[in-house]
Amino acid sequence: MNRTRRALSALVAAGALVLLAACGGSDSEGNNDTSSNGDAASGEVEVFTWWAEGSEKAGLDALVAVFNDQYPDIKFVNGAVAGGAGSDAKNVLASRLQTNDPPGTFQAHAGAELTDYINNGQIEDLTQMYEDNGWNDYFPQTLLDRLEQDGKIYSVPSNIHRANVVWANPAVLKDAGVDPEATYASLDDWISDLQKIKAKGLIPLSIATDWTQVHLFETVLLADLGADAYNGLWDGTTDWAGDEVGAALEDYQTLFELTNQDRQSLDWPDATQLVIDGDAAFNVMGDWAVAAFEEQGKKLGTDYLAYPVPGTDGVFDFLADSFTLPVGAPDPATTEAWLSTVASPEGQTAFNMKKGSIPANTQADTSGFGDYQQTAIESYANDDIVSSLAHGAAAPISWLTDITSAVAKYGSTGDLGGFQDDLAAAAEKNAG
Amino acid sequence: MVNRGWRSWGPPVLLILPSLILIGVFVYGLIGVNFNTSLTDQHHRIGGDVAYVGFDNYKTLFQDDTFVYSLKNLLKYTGAFLVGTLVMGFIWAWLLEKGVKGEGFFRAVYLFPMAVSFIASGVVWRWLLNNAEGDRAGGLNRLFDQVGLGFLQNQWWTDPQWGVVAIALPAIWQLSGYVMALFLAGFRGIPDELREAARVDGASEWQLYRHVIFPQLSPVALSAIVIVGHMSLKVFDLIMAIAGQTNYTTQVPAIQMWVEFTRGDYARSAAIGTILLVIVAFLIIPYLVYTYRQERLTR
Repeated sequence: MNRTRRALSALVAAGALVLLAACGGSDSEGNNDTSSNGDAASGEVEVFTWWAEGSEKAGLDALVAVFNDQYPDIKFVNGAVAGGAGSDAKNVLASRLQTNDPPGTFQAHAGAELTDYINNGQIEDLTQMYEDNGWNDYFPQTLLDRLEQDGKIYSVPSNIHRANVVWANPAVLKDAGVDPEATYASLDDWISDLQKIKAKGLIPLSIATDWTQVHLFETVLLADLGADAYNGLWDGTTDWAGDEVGAALEDYQTLFELTNQDRQSLDWPDATQLVIDGDAAFNVMGDWAVAAFEEQGKKLGTDYLAYPVPGTDGVFDFLADSFTLPVGAPDPATTEAWLSTVASPEGQTAFNMKKGSIPANTQADTSGFGDYQQTAIESYANDDIVSSLAHGAAAPISWLTDITSAVAKYGSTGDLGGFQDDLAAAAEKNAG
Repeated sequence: MVNRGWRSWGPPVLLILPSLILIGVFVYGLIGVNFNTSLTDQHHRIGGDVAYVGFDNYKTLFQDDTFVYSLKNLLKYTGAFLVGTLVMGFIWAWLLEKGVKGEGFFRAVYLFPMAVSFIASGVVWRWLLNNAEGDRAGGLNRLFDQVGLGFLQNQWWTDPQWGVVAIALPAIWQLSGYVMALFLAGFRGIPDELREAARVDGASEWQLYRHVIFPQLSPVALSAIVIVGHMSLKVFDLIMAIAGQTNYTTQVPAIQMWVEFTRGDYARSAAIGTILLVIVAFLIIPYLVYTYRQERLTR
């Protein structure tokens, strides 16, 4: 008896320990202490990104290979923080910037996402560097316009992505009696075909968790409002509470009801996989999805189709990753070396070849790029350019967070009127 | 005289002084800083000037539908989690107490889930609680389908009304074993003489439990409620692993605190933190008072 009792109390004590360990274990975040000894002589640059796996990691590796070639004396230190589609990395970065422990350079989406850092005085003005290196001639003016704030440029873009792309499985379309060759002038045309696919019992439009819903929502706004009114959403000239947006919301509702119901359990690769596997007909995703098709040996035109979201033909919904020079970087000289590799034609070719995006630098050699990327290069040169919401180019993070909450709430409650109210309130709170 | 006093209490004070200072700064000091931040208008990462706005942040929070929804979610979750672990834990302990063969084996099996972190088990439960139905069903929905219980397929954690209760399932799975161990220790702590005495007095089995065993188990039950309850109020990692931070149906205050922090709204985030602290204090302080009194009684 006594022995059992002692054994039991030991068991309970052990249990308590395990409990403590379980509670404490969750905060063991990846801590990058590499920058603390970044003195000039050691010649190293810590590159802070959230590119830790997949095509993003492959792109970074290719870029580093070029960097090692161009600057053999500088050591590259990988400061990647994985997880949360970048939000974990942004939190780590925010605390490091606050405690004056910035990395050599960090990744940020070009555009509105940089506004916070600029207002905080956390990143350096690179205008002079652009002039010294002649980058103003390398990068297209449409891109420079988006990088510029108050006449100054604060970051160096590494690539350009397109967000408004529909991916389709032609075999599924044929089975459902939909012409795979069809082109859609508007969302309405597209919706009638989506309904045919639904009647066949397949998923018309695959979608994943909340941010991919924001992504779809953004392309619907763009399709219904057009490029000018879409841009107006971010500078206050288009009314979020107005009828135009209301009509777009109704289209979003229609599309949303044609998506898979297990969306919350999936991330974007899962939703794209549904199209690849023939379980779903269409998916709206940025052009990083091309890597998923190519990795599985699919051919553009026969195994999959890619074209602008119906109603957005002639518009390029843009986002770009870029690198910065933080104020107080341990060794600005090595950071500048990194930035010049990022900007160089060789660096851009190597990086974008692997990541599935297109080079921001027009001098880069794109002859070896895939079929889809060639079409994107052409579109970027000719189309109207607008900034992507879901990927930090159109609105500051805080506004994007509010819109994401509204989209997520709508996804659960289905309350369309409340959705528009939330969007209007978010605009009022964040604009100006 | 002064010298003697110093000798008697000086060394112990010196001994605990480092912890006192550390706890004072890093626990109570930081609670103070957090509360201070919650009274300001620091809604962005920009440092610069911050003004005091009193309890405005709290007011906006309680007027915010989503925050009220998340408080309700927390209540539902805590209810399900507490009842679930207490009932399961008690039944298992009772069965073992009744003398099931291979007690050591069952104890280990029931207690083992606790060794897994919420994040790790959340990844598995994310799949088990997949809400696809029909052909594409996975996890539990698939299982129900295959054993002919298709009508049990459901939306799990995406249901707006009761979705958050689905998150309590893995939590119950993980903590029931711990509650079992507590209750089992409680059962074993009751001397056989008491039971024998009750039987000699002619108590039926039910009366034995009602008047002898349950009263002796109530301190154990209270500890279990406090331990499980405060864990439940802080739930964060399990939801992050299963549903992610932006999912609406599983919003709880801790998740919202993280979201507000991530976007740089420090004042709001701090206000949510303070509210959570107050809620947990409602549970913990009465318990501390109770145990303090008990200890004084037994001394």
